[in-house]
Amino acid sequence: MAAPVSLQVEFGGGAELLFDGVKKHQVTLPSQPEPWDIRNLLKWIKQNLLKEKPELFMQGESVRPGILVLINDADWELMGELDYKLQDQDNVLFISTLHGG
Amino acid sequence: MCDGAECGDGSGCGDGTGRRRQRVGNGTKPRPCVKCGQGRAVVVIRIGDAFCRACFHEYFVHKFRAMLGKNRVIFPGEKVLLALSGGMGSSAMLRQVQEGLSREAAKRLRFVPGVIYIDEGAVCGQSLEQREQTLSRIEALLQETGFPYYLASLEQALELPGSILRRGPGGGSEPGPSYKSAVDGFIQQRRQEEAGGDGGSLAAGLSTQHGPIGDSHTCLPAAARTEELLRLFDSAETLTAKEELLQMLRSHLVLHTARTQGYTKVMTGESCTRVAVKLLTNLALGRGAFLAMDTGFVDSRHGDVIVVRPMRDYMAKEIAFYNHFFGVPTVITPPLQAKRREKTSIHRLMENFLLGLQVDFPSTISTVYRTGEKLSLAPAEANSEQQRCLLCLCALDIAGEEELALEPTLVKDTENGAESRAAFIPLLCYSCRLTFKEMVRIWGGSPGTGARARCPQCPLSCRVPQPRCQPTCALKLSAGAAGRGQAGEVPSLRYEGSAASCR
Repeated sequence: MAAPVSLQVEFGGGAELLFDGVKKHQVTLPSQPEPWDIRNLLKWIKQNLLKEKPELFMQGESVRPGILVLINDADWELMGELDYKLQDQDNVLFISTLHGG
Repeated sequence: MCDGAECGDGSGCGDGTGRRRQRVGNGTKPRPCVKCGQGRAVVVIRIGDAFCRACFHEYFVHKFRAMLGKNRVIFPGEKVLLALSGGMGSSAMLRQVQEGLSREAAKRLRFVPGVIYIDEGAVCGQSLEQREQTLSRIEALLQETGFPYYLASLEQALELPGSILRRGPGGGSEPGPSYKSAVDGFIQQRRQEEAGGDGGSLAAGLSTQHGPIGDSHTCLPAAARTEELLRLFDSAETLTAKEELLQMLRSHLVLHTARTQGYTKVMTGESCTRVAVKLLTNLALGRGAFLAMDTGFVDSRHGDVIVVRPMRDYMAKEIAFYNHFFGVPTVITPPLQAKRREKTSIHRLMENFLLGLQVDFPSTISTVYRTGEKLSLAPAEANSEQQRCLLCLCALDIAGEEELALEPTLVKDTENGAESRAAFIPLLCYSCRLTFKEMVRIWGGSPGTGARARCPQCPLSCRVPQPRCQPTCALKLSAGAAGRGQAGEVPSLRYEGSAASCR
C-alpha cells in the first residue's frame, strides 16, 4: 500500500497550452496498492489534468516523441524513464520541443 | 566502445542499421559526468553521454563559438540581425550572442547585433489582447538585452515593395577582403582607438526600438490589414500551403528590415532537429534542388543579405535543457492551426515521423543532418544571371513547359481571372507553383462551382469533375454550407480526407 504522494508537475515549451495555460500544478496522488511510477503518473495526468487532445501529449503509455521529461531537474533517461518510482515532493517537468498540434 | 548495456560511442554507432536505444540509467545510483567525472550527471547528450550542469554549459557555449569560428562568414564589426521568434532555438541563440559579446576582449564576439521579432498572432488565432500581452513580454525581454530591436507584425509583409522579390547586389563581382585580413584590420583599428583615448566600446545599455516602416511605438496594425492577411491565409486550402506562405512572408519581412536598416547578415535559430525535419519536408514539397540553401549554414540567395543558421548543430533537446537550466526566457505562442484536427501538414507529419523514429534509433536525426551537410550548391547556382523563382529566389528548376503534370493547368485555364494567375506560373519554381495554385480564391475567380468543381489539390491536376477524385486522392467534396450566400461570396469547398493523400 503506497502512501499518497504529493508532487509538483510543471509544463513548459508550449505543453502548458494543453493544460489551460497553467504551468505549475501541485498534485497529490492518492494512495494505491502499486507504488507510483512515471507510467502511472502519466495515466493519472491523462485522466485528471489533460483538458483536450490527449494524443498531443501522450502516445501509448509514454509521452509523445518530442516531449522531454525532467525529474528533479535531471533527464529522465538517467532516472529510469517510465519505471522511476516517484517519491514525495518530487518535481516532474514536461517540456515540449514540438511545433504544436 | 559499445558494451552490452550502453552505447558509449558519442558519434553514433558504427553499424549501419542503427542500434536500438538501450536504457542509460535507473536512478538508483547517481551517475558521474562523463567529462569531469565529478559532478552529478543531469542530461544525456547524444547516445549515452551524461553531462553535469557545468560541463554541459561549457559544451553548449563552445559549440556556438566553434560554429561561428569554423565557418568564418561573419566579419568583425558587421551588423547582424537576429531573428527572434520567442521560441526555444532563437532565445538560446540570443543568449549565446549576449554571452559572447560580454567576454573579455580577446575572446569577444565581434559583430554588432540587432534583434527583430515578428508578431504572427493574427494567423495563429490570437486575440488582440493576447497579441498585446505577447508583445509587451517580448519588449521587456529585448530591452534587457540592450540591443537595438525591431517589432514588426506579419501584416506589414503585405506592404513590402516589389523590390523585395529581386536579388540584391553583392556577392560576386569583386572578392571582399579575406576573413583573416579583416580580423587583423579590426584588431589594429581597436588598438588605435584605445590608444587615442576613444575607448569606443559597443553601445550596450542603450536599447532603442525602431519600426521597420518608421513608426516608433508598439501598436497593433489596423484591423483592415489584419483582415486582408487572414483572407490571404484562408485562401490557402491546406495547412502545408499556409505554413509555406507563412515562412515566405516572414523571411521577406526580415529581409526587408535587414536591407533598410543596413544589416548584412541575418541569424536564425533553427536547431538540428528543425533542420533535419525541414530537409525531408522540403524533399516532399518538391524543393529537393534547393536543399543546400534551405538547410545549410549559409543561405545566400538574396545576394546582399546572407542568412546564417548558427544553431543548426544543436539538438532540440540540448536547447531545451540549456534554456531550463540557465533561465533563458522564452515566449511561446501557439502555432498555425488547421481548420480541422485531422488535417495536418507535411511539415508536421515529417516531424512526427522523424521524432518517432528517433525514440528507438537515437542517431536518426544526426544522420539526416550529416547527410544534409554533404549537400553543397551546384556550381550553376552561383551564377546570378540564371533565372530565379519569383517567390523563393531559388533557381527555376522547370525546363520548358513539357512537364506533363503541369501542362493541363497552363493550357486549359480559361476561367475568369485565371489568365492573370497563369501568367505568374512560369515565373515560379515547382514547389512555389503548388503553393500558388492553391490560392485560387484570392484572384476573384473560383475553381468552379458545384458539378464543375475539380480537385485542385491533386498535383497531377486530375480534372475529374465529380465528388470523388481518383485514384490518387480519396477526397470527398462537399459543397459546404457557404453556398453563394453573403455578399456574393465564393462557395468554400470543404475537403475531408486523410492527410496522407495529396497535400
